[in-house]
Amino acid sequence: MTAGTRLRQSMLASAAGIAARHPAQFQPAWRAQLVPALVTAGLLALFFYGLSVLGFSFAMIGKGGGQLMVILAVMLPPDPQSWHQVVIYLGELAETLGMAFLGTLCAAVLAFPFGFLAARNVVPGWLVHILSRRFLDTIRGVDTLIWALIWINVVGLGPFAGVLAIICSDFGAFGKLFSEAIEATDRKSVEGVLSSGGSEIQAVRFGLLPQVLPVMLSQLLYFFESNTRSATIIGIVGAGGIGLALSEAIRTLEWQQVSFIIVLLLITVSAIDYLSTKLRMAIIGPRPV
Amino acid sequence: MARTVRPVATAELAASVAAYARALSARRWRTLQGLAVLVVCIALAGWAAEVRPLTLYAKFGNVLSYVDAIFKLDTGARVWTAPREWFWGLRKWLPLLGQTLLIAYVGTIAGAVIAFVCCFFACANLVRSRWVARAMRRALDFNRTVPELVFALIFVYSFGLGPVPGVLAIAVHTIGALGKLFAEVVENIDMRPVEGVAASGGSWVQQIRFAVLPQVQSNFLSYALLRFEINVRSATIMGFVGAGGIGDTLLIAIRNFYYSDVSAILLLIIATVMCIDSGTEKLRHRLLGGERPA
Repeated sequence: MTAGTRLRQSMLASAAGIAARHPAQFQPAWRAQLVPALVTAGLLALFFYGLSVLGFSFAMIGKGGGQLMVILAVMLPPDPQSWHQVVIYLGELAETLGMAFLGTLCAAVLAFPFGFLAARNVVPGWLVHILSRRFLDTIRGVDTLIWALIWINVVGLGPFAGVLAIICSDFGAFGKLFSEAIEATDRKSVEGVLSSGGSEIQAVRFGLLPQVLPVMLSQLLYFFESNTRSATIIGIVGAGGIGLALSEAIRTLEWQQVSFIIVLLLITVSAIDYLSTKLRMAIIGPRPV
Repeated sequence: MARTVRPVATAELAASVAAYARALSARRWRTLQGLAVLVVCIALAGWAAEVRPLTLYAKFGNVLSYVDAIFKLDTGARVWTAPREWFWGLRKWLPLLGQTLLIAYVGTIAGAVIAFVCCFFACANLVRSRWVARAMRRALDFNRTVPELVFALIFVYSFGLGPVPGVLAIAVHTIGALGKLFAEVVENIDMRPVEGVAASGGSWVQQIRFAVLPQVQSNFLSYALLRFEINVRSATIMGFVGAGGIGDTLLIAIRNFYYSDVSAILLLIIATVMCIDSGTEKLRHRLLGGERPA
């Protein structure tokens, strides 16, 4: 018999006495649990309502699941069919990376002044603050793929529309993140610059910028990672990158090529993840942002 | 009383000034090198992505005329002069918007529940076997890295057109994204309560229920809410590949140049996303007890 079990048994033996001495602790905690229980019940009810409204049924899941297994079996092993195809895929992968890189960089450069405009501690007027925040939120509310469709109407099919789409959707996100980073800065160094006779511009340059630049750079790298992922799907609507090849392969039911492209994507994304983590460590040290 | 200041020898001063200049020029040289690498990368990326600044310059007028066009009715009048005409399809669009929200909701709940179960197998401090944790991590990485739309494309082929593949795609992606975040939260907990429950004879499940869960539940809920917000956004595009929601209608409107419809549907989407954003942000602030969410 272990010490733990012995302790447990002696506690159980005196349980009646303990319960008599501390009645409050042994009351069922109905009231404290009522609200979470009701909320959980409501969430579950909505979940099951959603399942039925959206057309889920056991028969459908069973049939579709079977079909999915067949597709997965056909996908293996990944096979690009020919070397010629591999070269095409690699070219489109490079296009995807280029789109993600340019889009992220341009969005950050464009959002940089906007971040200051939307930060409460730089531009004090509440009207400017509210207006610029709402503007950024509006841009952020539209998905990259929708921006891609709109830009295709303007500059035509191809990767350039994809770059512009990434710029638009990231501009909103960067503006918001930058302004939050600026609002979180320490006021003292700005006051120091001002009190030693620096102008407002100099206060921003020497008091504010050194504090926020590492945060901004790290966000830039993080977005580059996530944009590599989203740039892969922009091609599905015809705005360049490997997404076009992927959706073509799915439409023509070339499942082995589909799995080859997915493997290619996985390798690329994990390589980018690795590189950008290294770079981030080199720039700001191992502290999370 | 004036303090006497020791006069600095000119030679000493000159040496430190020179050292400062050297340090400064070394730093500037490094920055310059970094910039050179950046410029080369930009040039390569621009070449790969077929960037044509001239095209943009030449077609920039199109942007303005497009914006002009989507705020104009077929009759040529501005849209806000006839809101009823502008939002003529509201009866058709609102149910689709509701379906979009429902897709995001059901996908998030299903994904979050599975991620909740998976995350305890993916963290090194609760799982004895390193191989189980590592295998679970890789599986979560796979779910997270493949974009939702790719899952949706594949699911449309096996489950047919409609919202079901959309829900499944969002759920699969959510498992990966939330599972990773959940596992990171669990790895940062205080292990003493776990040891306490283990020492008094609690099983593995009891350790998680009574020692881990109270420490992580508010963070878990906050991350799940954040994911819901993101999923609402991605549910709007599921329709592009035939996986339900309002995306299908928007795609048709954009492709067929139904200009005023484009602006009406976009405004509906933006308003919905903003409402969901501010709602979840308030909830998350309350959950985390006023502390700034990371």
